[in-house]
Amino acid sequence: MAWFKRSKPGLVPQKKKELPDGLWVKCSGCGEVIYKKQLAQNSFVCTHCDFHFRIRGIDYIELLLDSGTFNETDKNIASIDFLKFKDDKGRYEEKLKIAQKKSGLKDAVRTGIGRVGGYPVVFGVMDFSFIGGSMGSVVGEKIARAVDLADHEKIPMIMVCASGGARMQESIISLMQMAKTSSRLARFSRNGGLYVVVLTNPTTAGVVASFAMLGDVHLAEPGALIGFAGPRVIKQTIGQDLPEGFQRAQFQLEHGFVDSIVHRKEMQDTLIKILSFYYDSSEEANGA
Amino acid sequence: MMNRILDFEKPIVELEKKISEMKAYAVAENVELTEDIKRLETKLDKLIEDTYAKLTRWERVLLSRHPDRPYTLDYFDRIFTDYVELHGDRLFSDDLAMVGGIAKLDGRPVMVLGQQKGRTTKENLRRNFGMMNPEGYRRAMRLMKLAAKFNRPIIILIDTPGAYPGIGAEERGQGEAIARNLYDMTLLPVPILVIVIGEGASGGALGVGMGDRVLMMENAWYSVISPEGCAAILWRDATKAPLAAEELKLTAPDLLELGVIDEIIKEPRGGAHRNHDEAARIVKERIHFHLSQLRSFDGESLIDRRIKKYGKIGFFTE
Repeated sequence: MAWFKRSKPGLVPQKKKELPDGLWVKCSGCGEVIYKKQLAQNSFVCTHCDFHFRIRGIDYIELLLDSGTFNETDKNIASIDFLKFKDDKGRYEEKLKIAQKKSGLKDAVRTGIGRVGGYPVVFGVMDFSFIGGSMGSVVGEKIARAVDLADHEKIPMIMVCASGGARMQESIISLMQMAKTSSRLARFSRNGGLYVVVLTNPTTAGVVASFAMLGDVHLAEPGALIGFAGPRVIKQTIGQDLPEGFQRAQFQLEHGFVDSIVHRKEMQDTLIKILSFYYDSSEEANGA
Repeated sequence: MMNRILDFEKPIVELEKKISEMKAYAVAENVELTEDIKRLETKLDKLIEDTYAKLTRWERVLLSRHPDRPYTLDYFDRIFTDYVELHGDRLFSDDLAMVGGIAKLDGRPVMVLGQQKGRTTKENLRRNFGMMNPEGYRRAMRLMKLAAKFNRPIIILIDTPGAYPGIGAEERGQGEAIARNLYDMTLLPVPILVIVIGEGASGGALGVGMGDRVLMMENAWYSVISPEGCAAILWRDATKAPLAAEELKLTAPDLLELGVIDEIIKEPRGGAHRNHDEAARIVKERIHFHLSQLRSFDGESLIDRRIKKYGKIGFFTE
């Protein structure tokens, strides 16, 4: 028995929760304890330090769209485990079932049509809680269809991103969703469509290398991690620590990949201003 | 050639050595060994056939990384003439992890591009092991737009362990560069022929890998992540890469079955690394075949077909 062996089990990382149960929430930004209702009233932004809590797709629908205007499309598209993918924690099929049960969603993106400040838009929003918001066949297909819908209806598209990248369990097919979504956006843009991206924490890898970086306008929530390669991979590759704030929204703003960092409470107003640049304010908006 | 030998190649190499020794002996000593040599050669044929018929996915990954495997420039040298390299992205710098320029394919002008690995450490450092930075993707796009301007087809060879994960790459927008290529390549009104010749690692490969036809060498791999990367995340152990390779279904036959590629290019017996000339001859023949078909489409129908081609990829229920 080696004397240096660990006698007690090591620290087990606590399971991450989207928003913890109970009446009170501890802010991951400043550690302050906040009353949950108060947090919800403040758009899930810390009342002390402005830390933006990670929220669900449905919360963004409530925050950004005109109340009751959202009509979901392609609700029933669901993933299948066509590769019979299995890692040491189990089958992809099981993973999907658990994620679906936990979230009440079919997959990591919700799409639909709605209004923002009266302006009609196609709206897509990702849920990081669903297998890290990863993009497989379903995410790719739903976004591609949403883009086509916007193209067909001649209305702008807004995409709220939150994703760890392509879904490994669908291997090459996930990778090809980057090409699928990007090619539809290219056609939409050529036809004069407006595409606005809202980058939330985190948006990385295959999603950044496709539809998250192809907006006419890129808005980011404060502090959001946005990048292609994961910080850990970069750290391992170069063998040194990463600078403070690396790949955060501010970093992306400074390097020219984000148009504006927008506080969650001001996001809707900003979107309305962008939409009014697209819509002729003297006609459609007044009539809407 | 055959300086470096993979484990499963050893019996083959040993038998080959034995045969050549026997041949030399027969000549030197003037003895009649024709029958014995012939017998061994038959045995060798069978051995090669059996070995390569039952390669695991991981063994194919190892083959794709064989240091003697032909790289992009090895193919360029044998397939094209009048090659003029065009450097730089006109924005920031040059990226030597890729090569590209104008060339002729049996007299007809084409734009050729590819990722380039090095064979020596020094060369690999210069080539960044075939891992492109954003300026590489932007350089590639500049060349492709040049091809479109003069209505020339584009031929792209893929061979990369991934896009480079570095601080500078992130500062200059690695993700944006790849995304922009997918977006812009969609709308190129000229034929794009993509051939995965070795490693096709993730967005680093796809960033210059969107095409009207995508072909893949028999012993190449193409996936959303490298087997090591996948194993490190899902198994929390990079040495589980052989397992991950099986799960990822990353070989040419897998991708043909999944509808991601259009054709598998047969390699010379025992793999492309054993015969560069023959590998290049086969690749050239397939380039001719596909380009002659693609040349019959006008720009708009190429774009339309390209969008549909990628639109079809995906598995789900509804």
